[in-house]
Amino acid sequence: MEEHSKQQGDARSKGENEHAGSFVTYTAGLVFAVLLTGASFVVSQTGLLWAPGVPAGLAVLAIAQMGVHLVFFLHIGTGPDHTNTVLALAFGILIVTLVVSGSLWIMANLNANMMAPSELMRMQR
Amino acid sequence: MSVHAATADLTAPHAPTISRGADGPASVRIVVAYGFWIFLLSDIIMFSAFFAAYAVLSGETAGGPAGRELFNLRNAGIETLCLLFSSYTCGLGILAATKRRIGGFYLSFALTFALGATFLGFEIAEFAGMIALGAGPARSAFLSAFFSLVGLHGAHVTAGLIWLAFMVAQIAVKGPRDFVLRRLLCFSLFWHALDIIWVALLTLVYLMGAR
Repeated sequence: MEEHSKQQGDARSKGENEHAGSFVTYTAGLVFAVLLTGASFVVSQTGLLWAPGVPAGLAVLAIAQMGVHLVFFLHIGTGPDHTNTVLALAFGILIVTLVVSGSLWIMANLNANMMAPSELMRMQR
Repeated sequence: MSVHAATADLTAPHAPTISRGADGPASVRIVVAYGFWIFLLSDIIMFSAFFAAYAVLSGETAGGPAGRELFNLRNAGIETLCLLFSSYTCGLGILAATKRRIGGFYLSFALTFALGATFLGFEIAEFAGMIALGAGPARSAFLSAFFSLVGLHGAHVTAGLIWLAFMVAQIAVKGPRDFVLRRLLCFSLFWHALDIIWVALLTLVYLMGAR
């Protein structure tokens, strides 16, 4: 029993060291992040991409870089310790998507349906 | 939970185990990191409201200057690199503290502080320059949204720098004990999350706004 719990403790501390990342993961994360940031600047400043596709390209690069930060810096992984973390992250992403896309949708709709000020003045007369 | 325990008792009546998952309760470190992660997600949700406001109002310049005339992409690039490298040195500092290498920890966190302070310096200079041009937060809805969003991120970085100083003091006074290391872990999560928010901010505000 003593032996067993000692082994379990060793296994857990080993798992936690992996959880904390290593020099290699941080360096790889930095390299990926710098490359993706550089790509974002290139895409926005040069005619490399078809002009109407630039916002979509920038969005893809930004989401990729956020993924790099989550995996290499925040160490969000697929291990059993991460089930709750990933679920909470998924819920957070859901709420963020609802807030941002919902606001844009509602405000664009209101804007499109709003009467021009001159017309409003005419009706009030 | 109790149902699980009951079935475990039925199938293996001699095993005196309390069923709380495969290897017993999670360690304090994992529980603390999870709780702080929930806080960070709520913080990101607050930011999403500011992002939504900026996205809606970014075209409403009320005849004032637009982002194209105000933003300096070279500065934004330097700010981005400052934050990226400060995240990296913060991670290295955590590794050093975990391995009880206190000298490496001090060096990494001094670099993290310097890079964070440089970022803040560039941001304050940018704000001051815009206000001097008459493009302050009261000029248009676009500028109100810009100063709220970027200023909120800057306020978080300021809070992070103060927290960083406190953590260095705790390591100096109390040493790299377990509870200090847990607080250090929370600080690193906070600092990396600010970097994630800056990626979204750089893309939406500066790169898309300066085109």
